[in-house]
Amino acid sequence: MAQGVIAITEQRDGKFRKVSYEVVSAGRRLADGLSCPLTAVIIGSGVEALAAEIKKHGPDKIVVLDDPGLADYRTDAYTNVVADLVKSLSPAVLIAGASAQGKDLCARLAARLDAGLAMDCTAVSVQNGAITCTRPMFGGKIFADVQIQGAPQIIAVRPNVMSIIEIARESAVEKPAVRLGEVKTEVVEKVMDSGGKVELTEAEVIVSGGRGTGGNFKPIEDLAAAMDGAVGASRSAVDEGWRKHADQVGQTGKVVSPALYIACGISGAIQHLAGMSTAKVIVAINKDPEAPVFSKADFGVVGDIFQILPEVTEAVKKIRS
Amino acid sequence: MDIVVLVKQVPDTESLVQIAGDGASIKKDDIKWVMNPYDELAVEEALRIKEAKGGSVTIVSVGPQKTQETIRTALAMGADKGIHINDPLAEGSDSLATAKILAAAVKAIPFHLIIAGQRAVDEDNYQVGAAVAELLGIPHVSLVAKAEILDGKIRCQRAVEGGTVVVEATLPALFTTQRGLNEPRYASLPGIMKAKKKPLEAKTLADLGLDPAAVGAAHRKVVVKALRLPPERKAVRMIQAETPQAIAAELVRILHEEAKLI
Ligand SMILES: Cc1cc2nc3c(=O)[nH]c(=O)nc-3n(C[C@H](O)[C@H](O)[C@H](O)COP(=O)(O)OP(=O)(O)OC[C@H]3O[C@@H](n4cnc5c(N)ncnc54)[C@H](O)[C@@H]3O)c2cc1C
Ligand SMILES: Nc1ncnc2c1ncn2[C@@H]1O[C@H](COP(=O)(O)O)[C@@H](O)[C@H]1O
Repeated sequence: MAQGVIAITEQRDGKFRKVSYEVVSAGRRLADGLSCPLTAVIIGSGVEALAAEIKKHGPDKIVVLDDPGLADYRTDAYTNVVADLVKSLSPAVLIAGASAQGKDLCARLAARLDAGLAMDCTAVSVQNGAITCTRPMFGGKIFADVQIQGAPQIIAVRPNVMSIIEIARESAVEKPAVRLGEVKTEVVEKVMDSGGKVELTEAEVIVSGGRGTGGNFKPIEDLAAAMDGAVGASRSAVDEGWRKHADQVGQTGKVVSPALYIACGISGAIQHLAGMSTAKVIVAINKDPEAPVFSKADFGVVGDIFQILPEVTEAVKKIRS
Repeated sequence: MDIVVLVKQVPDTESLVQIAGDGASIKKDDIKWVMNPYDELAVEEALRIKEAKGGSVTIVSVGPQKTQETIRTALAMGADKGIHINDPLAEGSDSLATAKILAAAVKAIPFHLIIAGQRAVDEDNYQVGAAVAELLGIPHVSLVAKAEILDGKIRCQRAVEGGTVVVEATLPALFTTQRGLNEPRYASLPGIMKAKKKPLEAKTLADLGLDPAAVGAAHRKVVVKALRLPPERKAVRMIQAETPQAIAAELVRILHEEAKLI
């Protein structure tokens, strides 16, 4: 019978992405709920040293799938090695992050294994051995509680949502032989943003600007920098060419869950709210007291962002110094 | 280059989505149905490749009768023909079952490339494209912001967190769309007239040789137990003061002391 939970971590260039700690922590809670062991899986090339780091989050066992062909994420190579691992461990649950990589891997893997997949979950709970996953649908207008039939149940969790736990264990590390199998894709180039910027989906704080910026994002960038946050944008700001597509938050952009989201000069169209409604705290700054964004915000300021934001940045700097 | 585009009809993003009496599905009346925005990008990209390289563009969609309107829209944009899998037994299928139906339909036609949306903005599943590729045994690349056809392969700029990865895949292949790929055209009036005469085949599961026991609401692997509205936020607290400095001070105080976010 299928048993155990396996948590698929995600590393890039030899460093874990934050979602890895979230996934292993959520996996730990699931394994406890099901009274079964948790195996954390690390995939890459020359990544064995990462095992020490993931131990802190409580896996019973760590499996390192290591091969030069796994250095960069490629759907087919990763699907092949994880599918092999699933065949040998026959887990009841496979949990991963709903990141660009995790979504892609889980979708392909689910078809390979003929398994059910709950994508982009914001909550996972166990009751009497049954797992219920909560997933926002229709851009967050509706939440669905779903259960998966069969095994493995594949669960992809939204980045920045699952709380991270630290419980060190003496977990055994295994490094089985891997077989890459048939691979029809090649990574030929990587163009990464420079300068240690916080990534939108991982940011604790996001300061977003819309058409109300008139294209001047300086005050937004300054506040984001003061709070070690990331800069987001509405689709209008992207369509105007003020920001790149990767910065867009919303139904046709990124879905983010920061602790704090500050919407500046954004009206609050339903398609924008679709991307940020699971933020823990939402602040809206808009000169129009009737702007719909206020109906979804926790705190609101009616005013001109060019007058308010520099003052907020100063006040934040004062507190943090 | 023969291209297949997977197109889904979804509620307009402005729609009020309401939970039906069964508590596990949505009310389908009073909704304006449109082409999934990511599928518009897919149709546009297919048309551009066809315009550059020749070939054909076939639209494939699974859905009820009214899905025809969305397929016609794609034909009006310039696609050549449509295949509509319309079967009550397919209704309520989950992503994997939908992919099985689509893969069976696509298998029956010659193709070099399949384009799908990264996600349908109804259930936001992000699954069907990858699953169709897997079931057909071809490679796929998701979240593509730029695609270039090379000799026997496709080079894709894939959007990932914090940058772009350039991936090449051998053809035949499937890719899914990311905004930035293109700006979809509108259907022109002559396009709409022409679309009325373009072939649109209707198929059932039986036509595709599919066993109904693998698909449909009764055979979902992902079972919806309940739908509910998202938790309500407390009413907004407006921060008022005489000067921008005073407003900023109060906001930062609240975020620091009460919300403990700074
Ligand atoms: C299919 C579809 C998908 C979409 N997807 C997305 C998406 O993913 N993300 C997204 O954001 N949008 C999306 N949209 C677009 C969305 O409907 C809105 O058009 C868009 O979000 C508006 O952007 P905005 O709030 O920046 O601009 P506006 O709606 O023009 O609002 C600007 C706001 O700035 C305020 N303002 C102006 N000057 C100042 C100032 N000096 N100080 C303070 N406030 C000021 C104004 O009062 C106004 O409220 C989508 C639309 C469709 C149809
Ligand atoms: N019923 C369907 N008919 C045709 N294509 C579909 C259907 N469902 C999903 N797709 C395709 O798969 C993509 C991703 O959908 P999903 O996995 O449901 O989020 C969509 O953008 C479409 O290209």
